[in-house]
Amino acid sequence: MSALTDDTLPVTPRAMRDEMIVFAAMAALLAVVPFTGIYPFFVMQALCFALLACAFNLLIGYGGLLSFGHAMFLGTAGYVSAHALKVWNLPPELGIVVGTAAAALLGLVTGYISIKRQGIYFSMITLALSQLLYFLYLQAPFTHGEDGIQGIPQGHLFGIFDLSKPLVLYYVVLVGFLAGFLLIYRTINSPFGEVLKSIRENEPRAISLGYKTDQYKLLAFILSGTLAGFAGSLKVFVAQNASLTDVHWSMSGEIVLMTLVGGLGTIFGPVVGAFVIIAMQQYLAGFGQWVTVIQGVIFVSCVLLFRRGLVGELAHLLRRSL
Amino acid sequence: MQALYAQLLVGLINGSFYALLSLGLAVIFGMLNIINFAHGALYMMGAFVAYFLLNLGGINYWWALLIAPIVVGVFGMILERTMLQWLAGLDHLYGLLLTFGIALIVQGVFQNYFGSSGLPYSIPDQLKGGVNLGFMFLPVYRGWVVIFSLVVCLATWFLIEKTQLGAYLRAATENPTLVRAFGINVPRMITLTYGLGVGLAALAGVLSAPINQVRPLMGADLIIVVFAVVVIGGMGSIMGSIITGFALGVIEGLTKYFYPEASNTVVFVLMVVVLLVKPTGLTGRAA
Repeated sequence: MSALTDDTLPVTPRAMRDEMIVFAAMAALLAVVPFTGIYPFFVMQALCFALLACAFNLLIGYGGLLSFGHAMFLGTAGYVSAHALKVWNLPPELGIVVGTAAAALLGLVTGYISIKRQGIYFSMITLALSQLLYFLYLQAPFTHGEDGIQGIPQGHLFGIFDLSKPLVLYYVVLVGFLAGFLLIYRTINSPFGEVLKSIRENEPRAISLGYKTDQYKLLAFILSGTLAGFAGSLKVFVAQNASLTDVHWSMSGEIVLMTLVGGLGTIFGPVVGAFVIIAMQQYLAGFGQWVTVIQGVIFVSCVLLFRRGLVGELAHLLRRSL
Repeated sequence: MQALYAQLLVGLINGSFYALLSLGLAVIFGMLNIINFAHGALYMMGAFVAYFLLNLGGINYWWALLIAPIVVGVFGMILERTMLQWLAGLDHLYGLLLTFGIALIVQGVFQNYFGSSGLPYSIPDQLKGGVNLGFMFLPVYRGWVVIFSLVVCLATWFLIEKTQLGAYLRAATENPTLVRAFGINVPRMITLTYGLGVGLAALAGVLSAPINQVRPLMGADLIIVVFAVVVIGGMGSIMGSIITGFALGVIEGLTKYFYPEASNTVVFVLMVVVLLVKPTGLTGRAA
């Protein structure tokens, strides 16, 4: 089962210093985006997906759990936030809290169910659960079915920041992304993260050492789902709608693809992967269904040719952990 | 009551497809340790091959029942030789990701040329019409699908559990290295097994063509339901897959009659219940 992480290097103070340097560079680059003329909507969207992919990567890369249903957190948090903002007229900060809490609750329930089985069954169960939610949302009145929830008011965050101004919204999304990213980074390097990695490497051994692995897996699942939901709530302010696309299995597949392209189990890989895939979708938007075919080709070539992903290959070349 | 029997029949037909597909998944998983996400796409290809045979070559349904599984089976064997075999020894999840990619490619290509709407495929003349059974009207074609699928499932069970070839197959599932030491070509057996599993999916595709129309995405949602069926039944036993497949189809049919709102979700809900009550699945073996 160690194929995922043959090249994982031990975390040394030097590695952590390297990672913090890369993090600072990434934050600085993202902070100057609005002054470069790059379409901010594109970057905001990519940031939401980057956080989503990072949350997904926490499970697969460090816990060895491949969730094929992470779109359910994105979609659920999106729907709940959108409903809270539009129908209950909650302020943005509460809208985000409510949406993220809904994803956390969903993580508790679906996590409890899906960690009952291991390996490939876990993936099939998460996929089936997200399909179950897809049909529920298709029929539930508050989601407005095929139309989705549209025209969501953006409002003023904490009563001060006007989120309808693209520049303000951009920095709010950026701060949200960086906070989520740091939380994941902290988790990976905590004692909890170490136990999680040991479960990925050899679960029976972790059990024999006295760890209640089910509790660790469940907690990781809830954390991952909550952060994925947080990304979904942020995305509501960017896209100003919540629709069935966000709960569909193809969205779960895209999340997997982003992380795979960037590098499973790398810290920065999911961010790079998200930007690559979102950029690809932008540029190839006119090609219709060929985008699906290209995504399939990327899946196949990643698995067959470079399983480490972009960042993983780079880290391997530099003998660093990134 | 008429409506109840009609929904039961629809349930049995869906159950036939679940059984044929989950059977193929189980056989493939046993030998290749791969969950074949492309199974739904290959089921769709089976239906399209039948459509092409009829409309381009004038070759009828009966020949399609034979030719489509062979064509798709050979296509599957090429996939196995060129791609899947390189994943031996890697984590399970790579097989899932690779076959998911293959499914996206196949479905995307067909969607480009045929859109998302359905193409009609008419019922063969010999199976048109229906029989009045007294308590219900049975369309001949629907009865045929259920009986033929059952026969194919049982034949597959017989092949794997009762023949010499099946014995090799089961032995290679348990311990491929040892079986190779006895001079049996295990890599070739793996390729043929993948071809067999995929051929069963294509056969299900041909059977469903006259009922559900031929659509590029006909297998995409179906495969997720079949995954739930596999989680419920477990992949340890061939007969288990067959029985679970038919049983869930019937339960789905009953749901359509008594509480239609839940008919899309009933299989998933049952999966949750089974996981909570008996986490190892109905046929036992933990994975």
